[in-house]
Amino acid sequence: MSELVFLFISALTLISAVFVVVNNQLIYSAIALLFTLFGVAGLYVFLWADFIAGIQILVYVGGILVLVVFGIMLTNKIRTVRISHKSMQQGVGAVISLWLFVFLTIALSKAPWAISEGIEPVGTVREIGILLLTKYLLPFEAISLLLLGALIGAAVLSRGDA
Amino acid sequence: MNNLESYLFISSMLFCLGVFGVITRRNAIAVLMGVELILNAANINFVAFAKFNGMNMDGHIFGLLVIVLAAAEAAVALAIIINIYNNMNTINVDDVAELNQ
Repeated sequence: MSELVFLFISALTLISAVFVVVNNQLIYSAIALLFTLFGVAGLYVFLWADFIAGIQILVYVGGILVLVVFGIMLTNKIRTVRISHKSMQQGVGAVISLWLFVFLTIALSKAPWAISEGIEPVGTVREIGILLLTKYLLPFEAISLLLLGALIGAAVLSRGDA
Repeated sequence: MNNLESYLFISSMLFCLGVFGVITRRNAIAVLMGVELILNAANINFVAFAKFNGMNMDGHIFGLLVIVLAAAEAAVALAIIINIYNNMNTINVDDVAELNQ
């Protein structure tokens, strides 16, 4: 049963990712990106990362995707009904990314991974909280400073009359 | 489903699709979507290695930091794109190659 769910989630992720990169209608790409992000959140659940899955849905689906849709709407005139943006050089891009994919697949199937299975935790929030305030306190503070700077920068940049 | 290679396979596929999008797309927002796919692929790798390394929580912290960085990047990138659109009336990345306008 969970095998089937895993197959379904990975197929959903990859097929909608294909739609994201090949669709000519930008708004359809954004909607396909929604399904990709949900699929990735499902993969996190399979990897026992419940907190990361929740954050993925909150930040990506609730924040970044809404920003992207706003960007699409603000940069296209309402009169142009077809928000179409043709891709270029699809042959070259396909060759490069296929080569990259074959290379990565060969590399990861040949590498001797040192796997040690852990036991399934009850929840990951407690460990993440402890780590964020002890071992990773400095990165935590640095990234909150960076987020503040990015927010102020984005607000200043997009104000228009500056 | 319970081995590391299947997750690495999925994430490498996602990464290559993102690279394909970044290479072929001409619309700056579509390029940004490709970058989001790449970041998600990296994040799957972090969390997968965390699970298959004896549930090492460091990978989760890194995944969290990557998500925050993606949010900051998307906000700044869209602000820049909207500014370019207001100044040049296009967001085709081939048309905004010149610096002096």
